[in-house]
Amino acid sequence: MFHSHGTRRSNAAARSSASGGLEGGGVGSPAASSASEGSSFRPSASTFWLLLHGLCCLISLFLGFRFSRLIFVLLFSNTIYTYTTTTTTTITSTRTETLTVSFPLTHTPPIETAVKPNNSALELSDKMSNQGSSHSQVVVGRHGIRIRPWPHPDPTEVMRAHRIIERVQQEQRKWYGVKSPRPLIVITPTYARTFQALHLTGLIHCLRNVPYPVTWIVVEAGGVTNETASLLARSRVQFLHIPFHEKMPVEWAERHLTENRMRLLGLRVIRERNMDGIVLFADDSNVHSLDLFDEIQKVQWMGSVSVGILAHSGGPDRTLLTEDEKLNPPIPVQGPACNSSGHLIGWHTFNSIPYSEKSATFVGESATVLPGKMEWSGFVFNARMIWKEAEDGRPEWVKDLDKIGENGEEIESPLALVNDASFVEPLGDCGKKVMLWWMRVEARADSKFPPGWIIDPPLEIVVPAKRTPWQESDDLAGSKLEQDDRRFTRPKSRSSSKRKNTLPGQDN
Amino acid sequence: MGKEIWVVAFLLSQALLLPIAQAAELHTERISGSAGDVLEDDPVGRLKVFVYNLPRKYNKKMVDKDSRCLTHMFATEIFMHRFLLSSAVRTLDPEEADWFYTPVYTTCDLTPGGHPLPFKSPRIMRSAIQYVAMNWPYWNRTDGADHFFVTPHDFGACFHYQEETAIQRGILHLLKRATLVQTFGQRNHVCLKEGSITVPPYAPPQKMQAHLVSPSTPRSIFVYFRGLFYDVNNDPEGGYYARGARASVWENFKSNPLFDISTDHPPTYYEDMQRSVFCLCPLGWAPWSPRLVEAVVFGCIPVIIADDIVLPFADAIPWEEIAVFVAEKDVPSLDTILTSIPAEVILRKQRLLANPSMKQAMLFPQPAQAGDAFHQILNGLARKLPHDRSVYLKPGEKVLNWTAGPIGDLKPW
Repeated sequence: MFHSHGTRRSNAAARSSASGGLEGGGVGSPAASSASEGSSFRPSASTFWLLLHGLCCLISLFLGFRFSRLIFVLLFSNTIYTYTTTTTTTITSTRTETLTVSFPLTHTPPIETAVKPNNSALELSDKMSNQGSSHSQVVVGRHGIRIRPWPHPDPTEVMRAHRIIERVQQEQRKWYGVKSPRPLIVITPTYARTFQALHLTGLIHCLRNVPYPVTWIVVEAGGVTNETASLLARSRVQFLHIPFHEKMPVEWAERHLTENRMRLLGLRVIRERNMDGIVLFADDSNVHSLDLFDEIQKVQWMGSVSVGILAHSGGPDRTLLTEDEKLNPPIPVQGPACNSSGHLIGWHTFNSIPYSEKSATFVGESATVLPGKMEWSGFVFNARMIWKEAEDGRPEWVKDLDKIGENGEEIESPLALVNDASFVEPLGDCGKKVMLWWMRVEARADSKFPPGWIIDPPLEIVVPAKRTPWQESDDLAGSKLEQDDRRFTRPKSRSSSKRKNTLPGQDN
Repeated sequence: MGKEIWVVAFLLSQALLLPIAQAAELHTERISGSAGDVLEDDPVGRLKVFVYNLPRKYNKKMVDKDSRCLTHMFATEIFMHRFLLSSAVRTLDPEEADWFYTPVYTTCDLTPGGHPLPFKSPRIMRSAIQYVAMNWPYWNRTDGADHFFVTPHDFGACFHYQEETAIQRGILHLLKRATLVQTFGQRNHVCLKEGSITVPPYAPPQKMQAHLVSPSTPRSIFVYFRGLFYDVNNDPEGGYYARGARASVWENFKSNPLFDISTDHPPTYYEDMQRSVFCLCPLGWAPWSPRLVEAVVFGCIPVIIADDIVLPFADAIPWEEIAVFVAEKDVPSLDTILTSIPAEVILRKQRLLANPSMKQAMLFPQPAQAGDAFHQILNGLARKLPHDRSVYLKPGEKVLNWTAGPIGDLKPW
């Protein structure tokens, strides 16, 4: 509602109503006088005025003085009203202009004719006194609060704002960010299971927000499945879907080893295709911060970051920490350890001793899932490190990829790729900054889920589960309902007793 | 012969194009206002200022009584005095001085809540001028035309916090010919004298520097504002505070996700400003606010919502190119206005704001540094030199009426 012209309009209304009142009275008197004067000259005119006078008297009789005054206001103050309406329409027409371009609105803003009560005189006097004293166009005193008719965001404008923000951030990256960013190659081992959609969607959204070109190598255990393929197709990330011949085992220990083999397969793909960039291992259930992707641009050959370990502690029967654990809590970070001058001296690993008895052995067991000694996701390296031809001077402390896993030995950690681990660069302020978190949350291996998470055809029969959570509190709910009914709906109180033991939703 | 000319022309054009190409590659841009490229001028050698030695009751005693005067937004008067005492432009010989400074702190009488009371300020100022006029001949020589005063209160030398009363009072009559250095600036307003120097309000520089974040932190907030929209204590009816502009901002944009506006006081206020593209600087009871200084220091484009406002150092800083001005009547379409600014214009404004001399010009660091607000004030005074001959009164000529003004002002202090 535009209140800005309230002052002018209120004055107009005040003046016009006053004049209307006078007019109302005035109509009576000329009618009477003309009736007496003009009867000799023009009988038609006098009867006309007499009739009009009579009509007005009747209206006043039936509607009362105030309403008749309103009618006179409407009849006799047309000129003033058109002035105010034209000013509002100029403003509203510009509003509708922008609206039709962007987004069709169903209603045009109403031309408000309401008047701000009580304060018109005060505002008028304020305005007059101050306009006299200063030559300023800015007026001191009370002003209306301008509110447009539809004070909600316009979607086109929101998109424009986002594009502006994107451009600003691009410029910020240009001046203050990484100077010549290298593309990223992300290797993710995955397999089709209940929680795959949950984990992969999170990872997809993260990769889409990365401001550098990303090539995503997805290695799937058990071959290529439609589940994974459909998720990847919708992802809008450039990906390579590589099948892995084995199925994912159910035991955690076996699973870690299989995942390692899958990652090595990914590395071999990079080697075959001579892909350039920075290699990063992103497990699908891990959580990444966008700072990570800026930080790893600094890597020369091989770097290591700190990984926060979120060891999932199983079901509701979590045991409390022992006294020893409270004094020395297990450090939940795996990563490089540096001395005071910033040189790598060793590694922090996850202290899994407190969990040795109660760790999970197979996927879906409600116990703590432990990470391996050295998680792959905490290591990044230059793709040129694993190329066949050491064209850019691959350092001697790097082993050749073909020689790894040749004899069928298991690769526990990426440190097996290098001869000398002291050349690994600690990133993230020497491991002090944690930018990614390791987490393993999985449903039982035999849990079912609808393929593609689409229920087709729609469910027809609804069978209540055996243990409805509401049955214990049903009595309480029923009595509360009775009380409410008594308070608010007197006639319905008789029927409330019928609904004692069922909730409204379950009536049918 | 012809070929050589072409070669020379080609080389010349390359030499000319290079610096232009380089300029676009920088992340800052030089600032030059209507007075030229004057932000980095050095005032030393261009003017001489004589500082009157007033008794303690006019300055030091007030600060000793209440040390909050040193940290509130009106602390400019105190720091200007201290700066001038040790500055190279100061001269101990009044005969060679171009400008005379009277160190009187009129904004240091604070309520228990910390707000300055302006009721005694006219008397304090009058008393100081009388002291100066009686003890030195330089005031009467020009009736104050080559003297300058720092009056940082809400409405400058009108000495009142309420705009209507301030307009009624007008500028103190005795300051009619003097130059005023004040924070208040509004065109065609009684309380802004012709030839005044508008300065930014005092904001503690160390506090702001302590909250700087890395410039690579992406700016993800579109519009940011923290402050009151309604002043229920002083304006219970609504419509008086900020001429209804702040209330209009709230009512129109409270549900707009692009606008991060609220009344609370987060501890990350300064950090949030560095993550925003636009910062609103609407008027309050007076058109100026420390938000402008904060926005400039943190690289957030100020959106000025105050009709006819005169911004600090308006002749040295081209505010039209740096800030976005929105008329109070256009506040309901603020989102349309801000989203339709082309991205190149926004980037250019950010480049101008990133210029360190711009940020420096808004601050009052202790000790003073080159290019800071103290130096900009001196530059402004230097630009007014040499004094016009009308400044010097003929012998026996008197312009000021020492009994003008409300009766209450004439009481001695």
